[in-house]
Amino acid sequence: MRAAPEQYEMISPGNLAAALKLMASEPGRWLPVAGGTEVMVQYSAGRLPQRNLMNVWGLPELRRIEVTPDAVVIGGGCTFAEIRAHKAIAAEFSMLAKTAAWVGSIANQNRATLAGNLANASPAADSPPALLAYEAEIELISVRGTRRIPYTQCHLDYKRTALTQDELILAVRLPRRFAGWRDYVRKVGTRNAQAISKVCMAAQALVQDGVVEAIRMGMGSVAPVPLRLAAIEECAAGRKVNATLIAECRQLLDKMIAPIDDIRSTIEYRRLVAGNVLEDCLRTLAGTA
Amino acid sequence: MSLQRIVMTVNGVERTVDAHPMERLLDVLREKLGLTGTKEGCGEGECGACSVLMDGSLVNSCLIPVAQAAHAQIVTIEGLGSPEKLDPVQEAFLHCGGSQCGMCTPGMIMAAKCLLMHNVKPSREEIREGLGGNLCRCTGYMRIFEAVEAAARKQESEAAR
Ligand SMILES: Cc1cc2nc3c(=O)[nH]c(=O)nc-3n(C[C@H](O)[C@H](O)[C@H](O)COP(=O)(O)OP(=O)(O)OC[C@H]3O[C@@H](n4cnc5c(N)ncnc54)[C@H](O)[C@@H]3O)c2cc1C
Ligand code: FES
Ligand code: FES
Repeated sequence: MRAAPEQYEMISPGNLAAALKLMASEPGRWLPVAGGTEVMVQYSAGRLPQRNLMNVWGLPELRRIEVTPDAVVIGGGCTFAEIRAHKAIAAEFSMLAKTAAWVGSIANQNRATLAGNLANASPAADSPPALLAYEAEIELISVRGTRRIPYTQCHLDYKRTALTQDELILAVRLPRRFAGWRDYVRKVGTRNAQAISKVCMAAQALVQDGVVEAIRMGMGSVAPVPLRLAAIEECAAGRKVNATLIAECRQLLDKMIAPIDDIRSTIEYRRLVAGNVLEDCLRTLAGTA
Repeated sequence: MSLQRIVMTVNGVERTVDAHPMERLLDVLREKLGLTGTKEGCGEGECGACSVLMDGSLVNSCLIPVAQAAHAQIVTIEGLGSPEKLDPVQEAFLHCGGSQCGMCTPGMIMAAKCLLMHNVKPSREEIREGLGGNLCRCTGYMRIFEAVEAAARKQESEAAR
C-alpha cells in the first residue's frame, strides 16, 4: 500500500543550527531524514509511525571530511560513495572504504549516509564492525553543545542508541594511531554485494613473529547490537595463533553472540559461520591461513 | 498538510511544481511532469527501474522525497537523446538487444550513462558493479553488458575524432 503524502510534513531547515533548534523545540517530534534509504522504505511500506520529518540531506556542516594529525573526521552526512572515494580513508582506513562499497548498489551508496547507517542501528549494518575495530568515536551535537562518546557506547540495544531526542550525529572520528597494523574484513551474505549480511567482521592486529601483540575486532549480525569482541581481544593478546588459541576464542565467541533465526538463516548456521569467520580472521592476521 | 512550491531543473529546463514534500520524486516526475519514461518496479530501492541522475549522481527516485530535490538538477531518460538523435548508450542498447520488455531499460541506461561519465572504459567487473542495482527479468544481462561496452567504444572513437 502506498503512503498518503498529504499526511506527512517535511521541513527543510537548511542549516545545522536551525535543524538543532527545531529538534530542541519539540524533542522527539521531528525525525531527521538524510539519504532516506531507510526512512523512505518504511514510509512507502506504510510502516513509518512519525508524521513529521526534518530534511538534513546535504547540510554542509555534516558533510565534511577532515584529516587532522591525529584523526580522520567524517561528517555524519557523508555518503558511502564519498567515503569510498576519499583518498585518506582508502589509504588508512581501508576497511571502512571496503564496507562502504557493500552498502547496496551505486545508487544506494550515493544517498546512504554514515550517520543514517549508525542511527538506524541495525545489527546487520555494514559499517559498524570496521568502526569498532578502528576504535571510532562519535560526535553528537544539539543546541546544548557537542559531546564525544566511544562508538562502543552508541548502541544500547536492538535499534536503540545513546542519542538523546534532540541530538544529531555530527561526525565519526577515526584515530590515526594504528600505523603498521594488519587488517581483515569480511561480509558473509547470500551474495557479495547488495545482500544483507549474515555475519560481517572487521579486525586489525599488530603482529610480530606470529605473535598477536594487540588486536581489535568488531562483528555484526550476531547479536542485537554490533559487537566489539573485547574478551577475545584480551584472550588473543600476546599469544601465537594456533589450534588451542582458536578453540578458546571460538568458545568465547559462542558465549558472546546471540544470533537470530529468521527467513535468511538459522541460529545454528549463523553460529557456525561466525566461528569460521573468526578463525579465518585470526589465521589471516597471523599469517598462518 | 500543505503543498509546497518546489523548483527544480529537469532535463535542463526549470520546472515548478506544487507538491506535498513527502511525495516521491518518482511520482512527481511521472504524474505531475508527465515524464513516464522513469519506471516503478519495486518502490523500495531494490530494482533500479526508477533510476535518474540528481546533481550528477545516480539515485533511485522512488526513495527521494521531492522536498529533497528542490533546486536540484535532475536528468531522466527523456533528457538523454531524442527519437531522431539517440544518445550513444540508447543506440547501443537498441543495436545489441539490451532491451526486451523495456521495464528496466530506462533505469539501466541511466546507470550505464552514469558509469560511463565516470569511467570511459569500464571492465566487465566494473560494469557489473555499476549496473548491480538494476534488475532485469528478461535479458539475462549479457546483452546489456555488451551494449555498455559498445557504447564505451563508440564514445571513445567519437572522442578520438
Ligand atoms: C536497496 C537497499 C540496500 C541496502 N543495503 C545495505 C547494505 O548492504 N548494508 C547496509 O549497512 N545498509 C544497507 N541499506 C540500508 C541503508 O542504505 C543504510 O543504513 C544507510 O546508511 C542509511 O542512511 P540514510 O542516510 O539513507 O538514512 P535515512 O533513511 O535518512 O535515516 C536512517 C535513520 O538515521 C537517522 N539519521 C539520519 N541522519 C542522522 C544524523 N545526522 N544524526 C542522527 N540521526 C540521523 C534518521 O532519523 C533515521 O532514523 C540498504 C538500503 C536499501 C534501500
Ligand atoms: S522502483 Fe525504485 S528501486 Fe525499484
Ligand atoms: S528488459 Fe524486461 S526487465 Fe529488463
